[in-house]
Amino acid sequence: MRFGRTRAFGCVARPNPVQIYLPIAELPVNVFLILGMGIAVGFISGMFGVGGGFLMTPLLIFVGIPPAVSVVTVTAHMAASSASGAIAYWRKGAIDFGLAGVLLLGGMVGTGLGVWVFTILRRFGQLDLAIGISYVLLLGIIGSLMIGESVQAILRSRRKTAQPPRLAGKPRWFAGLPFRMHFRRSNLDVSVLPVLAIGGGIGFLGAVMGISGGFMLVPALIYLLRVPTGVVLGTSLVLTLATMAAAVLMHALSSLSLDVVLALILMVGGVMGAQFGARAGQAMRGEQLRLLLGLLVLAVGLRFLIDLALPPGEMFTVLQTERVR
Amino acid sequence: MRAPAPVRLAVAAVLAQLTFLALSAPASAERLVISLSTDRVQIASNFTGDDIAVFGSIDLPAYLTEGIAYDVAVTVQGPRQSFTTRRKERVLGLWVNVDSREFVEAPAYLAVLSNRPLADIADGDVQRRERLGIANVRLLQRIGPDYADTVADDVFRQAFVRIRSGEGLYIESDADVSFLTGTVFRATVPLPPNVPTGRFDVDVKVFAAGQLVARDRAALTISKVGFEHFVAVYARDHALLYGLAVALMALGTGWLASVIFRRD
Repeated sequence: MRFGRTRAFGCVARPNPVQIYLPIAELPVNVFLILGMGIAVGFISGMFGVGGGFLMTPLLIFVGIPPAVSVVTVTAHMAASSASGAIAYWRKGAIDFGLAGVLLLGGMVGTGLGVWVFTILRRFGQLDLAIGISYVLLLGIIGSLMIGESVQAILRSRRKTAQPPRLAGKPRWFAGLPFRMHFRRSNLDVSVLPVLAIGGGIGFLGAVMGISGGFMLVPALIYLLRVPTGVVLGTSLVLTLATMAAAVLMHALSSLSLDVVLALILMVGGVMGAQFGARAGQAMRGEQLRLLLGLLVLAVGLRFLIDLALPPGEMFTVLQTERVR
Repeated sequence: MRAPAPVRLAVAAVLAQLTFLALSAPASAERLVISLSTDRVQIASNFTGDDIAVFGSIDLPAYLTEGIAYDVAVTVQGPRQSFTTRRKERVLGLWVNVDSREFVEAPAYLAVLSNRPLADIADGDVQRRERLGIANVRLLQRIGPDYADTVADDVFRQAFVRIRSGEGLYIESDADVSFLTGTVFRATVPLPPNVPTGRFDVDVKVFAAGQLVARDRAALTISKVGFEHFVAVYARDHALLYGLAVALMALGTGWLASVIFRRD
């Protein structure tokens, strides 16, 4: 009789320094894989001045993190990376806090609504579908618009003909709305209603889709509200910071999906990558950056479309029935 | 390859204990005594899965001679959880969840381990009666207000078992029980990295000539310890403070990065 080395003893708890157990997701992950994803997405977000949630959330789901944990935890990651950016802009005084405050007011309502819809969709099993369709539509439309706009800008600069149209001061369709307010830093006189609506929409989408919405907010502020470009990025980062911090709180209260360990690894990687990305971004021309970002956004949207349209390998999915509070 | 000395000692101690228990038992028919290598699995930050050994000794009464061929089936059931299984169908060109079934209080982990294929151990009737094998374990399904067991060939049940098996959480194996002597055996229960936490029931049945002759049960607990335990409990019991802590951590990380990488 021989008690040889078998699976029972050979493999027991061999400590693996690369793996770390996530207390809320309830599975071990490779620290360097997650850190690397944080750095890569952080690099892109720093380069283009966006949150990067539209990349991070699908990546986490792809490596096996439960979708709910991914969406919720990415909000904490984006709070961190937007904080580091916002502080940098704050030092330069490139933030319109009045505008950010009104946007935030709408953002809070939108985020609360989004967290509520997120919980309901999950209960009815349509969260995947809702996330998929909204990614396809939003990323497809925004990506195409960005590509179109940046290609035109590149062609224009090649021909060296007409200057790009000056945006500030043009009449706007919502010019007649009541509750006008003056935003000093942006030197802007506008009704608070469209500002609230933009903030609310971004907050809602952010909570449901696990994105910060920076890639939508920046164009919205520039093209719809005609906010001066110098103030846009800082203001958008402050808004992102506040809505994401609020989303962290609301998600923590409404579901057991916020994983502090996963969040910390993502944050550390994200803020590091963002610093290098920001330097890389400054070396490139604006329209080239927008074209690249547009292509990236469109590619992610197409990926979701393919997932929805092709017959899946497994027709069934199993999810533990909602752990609601 | 030899096992390390402490492990050999532990095995010897377990076997000595089993022999003692077996000798002190009344000799009426076969009696089974089992012992687990541990009754407490702790999940810390370095947890990447584990294996539990189940030792068993079949005690023979005086009138039974040795040489009877025994078979062993070990069923391990994890904590009960409810699961929703959804089926995708094509709607307007998109693959959408349309139909769903909820499996109520199903074992979150299920392992059926035996020394040879279940079909060789007992016939279909005995397998059903003794709930032997994943196909015969009760999986309750909620249909409106009613609860009903599902038949083994129900598509939702099959999909549920297939997906849980793919995640390493439902296991049926005829290679993980081995006899050390004619009446002493050891089973190896594999716990995957994503194993759920809670109470696990181990039910060991011994068969001879296709009939159940002895049975014993044991239980073990899998729980998070240390930091992992603290986080899980804190997130559940103090949600607001937990959320605030994570939000502050995000602010702190961002602030730290902006200080470290400051260039002016």
